[in-house]
Amino acid sequence: MLSYILRRLLYAVPILLGVLVITFVLFRGLQKPDTIAKLALGQKAPTHALAAFKAKHHLDRPLPEQFGLYLKGVATLDFGESWKTGRSISETFIAGLAPTLLITVPGFICGIIAALGLALYQVFVRHSRVDRAMTLVCVGLMSVPTIVYIIVCQAILALQFNYFPAFGFEFRGLETAKFLILPVGILAVVNLGYDGRMFRAVFLEEIAQDYVRTALAKGVGNMQVLTRHVMKNGLIAIITLTVGQLPALIMGSLLIESFFGIPGLGNQLFLAIQQGDQPVVMACVFLGALLYLFALMLTDVLYAFADPRIRLS
Amino acid sequence: MGDFFNHWLTRNCITLFGFALLGWVLWNGSHHERWQRAWQRFRADRAGMISLVIVGMYLFIGALEVIRVPDGKGGNRSLVDVAFAGRIPSEKTYSAPMATQLLSSVTPTPLAGRHLFGTDALGKDVLVETLKGCSTALIIGGLTSAIYIPLGTLAGLMAGYFRRRVDDVIQYIYSTLAAIPQILLLIAIIMVLDKGLGQMAVALGVTGWVGLCRLIRGETMRQSERTYVMAARALGQSHWQIISRHLLPNVMHLVIINAVLGFSGVVLAEATLGYLGVGSPVGTPSWGNMIDGGRSELSRDPLVWWNLAAAAAALFVLVLSLNLLADSLRRAFDPKRS
Repeated sequence: MLSYILRRLLYAVPILLGVLVITFVLFRGLQKPDTIAKLALGQKAPTHALAAFKAKHHLDRPLPEQFGLYLKGVATLDFGESWKTGRSISETFIAGLAPTLLITVPGFICGIIAALGLALYQVFVRHSRVDRAMTLVCVGLMSVPTIVYIIVCQAILALQFNYFPAFGFEFRGLETAKFLILPVGILAVVNLGYDGRMFRAVFLEEIAQDYVRTALAKGVGNMQVLTRHVMKNGLIAIITLTVGQLPALIMGSLLIESFFGIPGLGNQLFLAIQQGDQPVVMACVFLGALLYLFALMLTDVLYAFADPRIRLS
Repeated sequence: MGDFFNHWLTRNCITLFGFALLGWVLWNGSHHERWQRAWQRFRADRAGMISLVIVGMYLFIGALEVIRVPDGKGGNRSLVDVAFAGRIPSEKTYSAPMATQLLSSVTPTPLAGRHLFGTDALGKDVLVETLKGCSTALIIGGLTSAIYIPLGTLAGLMAGYFRRRVDDVIQYIYSTLAAIPQILLLIAIIMVLDKGLGQMAVALGVTGWVGLCRLIRGETMRQSERTYVMAARALGQSHWQIISRHLLPNVMHLVIINAVLGFSGVVLAEATLGYLGVGSPVGTPSWGNMIDGGRSELSRDPLVWWNLAAAAAALFVLVLSLNLLADSLRRAFDPKRS
């Protein structure tokens, strides 16, 4: 197991290098230093300010030297300072981690539990009218852009009826939940349609297997077959589907945090994109890639736990 | 460059070429027994047929907006403009659906006409703007497909057929691309290329081929084991002949299903990119821009909801139909599963 994990870590190195090269080429290699400086300082910034900015952030050095500096920074996990606020990126990221996790983790878990319940119920009443109607609802949920969910929920539930605060976030013990309900709910609903359909397909495939017929024949109840046999055997496919979605949570929290003014990672990234704050965006790309590779490895390790037949070697 | 691509003749040629290409693929497919059987099953599928008709209508309206005719003043206008010219008056600013006077003016100002979906901030009819939005969906969807489908299919076929080194290289490239959060890659590419529909399509195409490539690679590996490939090799056919004559037709249905799903993904992505400030250029009639505009309109008093509602509804119906169409196609080609 350990040697397997070590080997996977070694495989990840060339991919991370590739990610760094692509990031550097896109952000530095293909954009002129002047354009970068103007994005950060504004289009009407005077020439001497641009020159000073470029000198301060080494943008006037030759590209290979810049790449060397960038690699060195990443290797020591020092992403430098934000061009806008001048604060250390690592510190602001750590500060933003708590609000982001408070939203994404419950949102993710609620979404998966809801999707599992939905899929199990659909398989329970499979090929009936209810099943078909629920599948249609799932496809409908998939067909609404995240941004419309957010705009409409915010406008109706928060602005019109004042059930929830429309904006902001504070740590106030239990009252923190007030700020979280709407973002968490939206995050759970956004993936519900897709997950529900996938899980249903997985369960339907399992239910056609012989062991299900055997279990039913020997008198195991319908509910028990579903929860004990079908769910356990569908676990592998479900793990792949859900863990693969972890990196995509970045995207969801990016929109939700910026809309609800939650000072998490997604919001920092959103502001950085808007303000041309390149080091922050580049650091986010690197973190996203790390998260992706971690999720891949986690999938394999969880496989081995879910199915003893799989040996990691 | 921009002038060349905005010239009405170029636009029309590209549009016609795109539709011709689609027709050619379907025509070629219609000779295959597998496709014929799938079509028979598909025809019996009511949901599939309805969604096919709806998607076809969207494409038709989109094409009407993309195809341009010279307006006699040196510029050009679309067939949608021609159809509505003189029939729909424009107002000064917002008016509610079917209202008789302008919204929130101190002195009641009568409107020049009734508007089914109201008018937007510039006084344009929302229904016409929504119809025009089909064109943006069509342009981005079409151009993106034209980029990522050949790329993903070819890479997948090569990786699955040659394996070894070729497979290693292609796998490395797509693992690296997949590792970068897609939205950030999109934003970075659009920042480099500048804003524009074509540029957005390039960005979506470059990031979008990974899934297709992975799918085709797996299926090609499975097909390569089959006897017909072995027979072709024994008969001395070249690698290129085996790939293009034997493997491609056998994975093409997956490409079509994936393309339909990809289209819906692109339409959804356009809406998100608009909010992030890297979407369709200002002034393009796009649902993404209308939805993004609706964000501030919903906090106005009195509430302006019709702009957002019209764009979101148009987008929802298209994406829903595309998703259902993809499902029906999958059922038609592969009746044993699902």
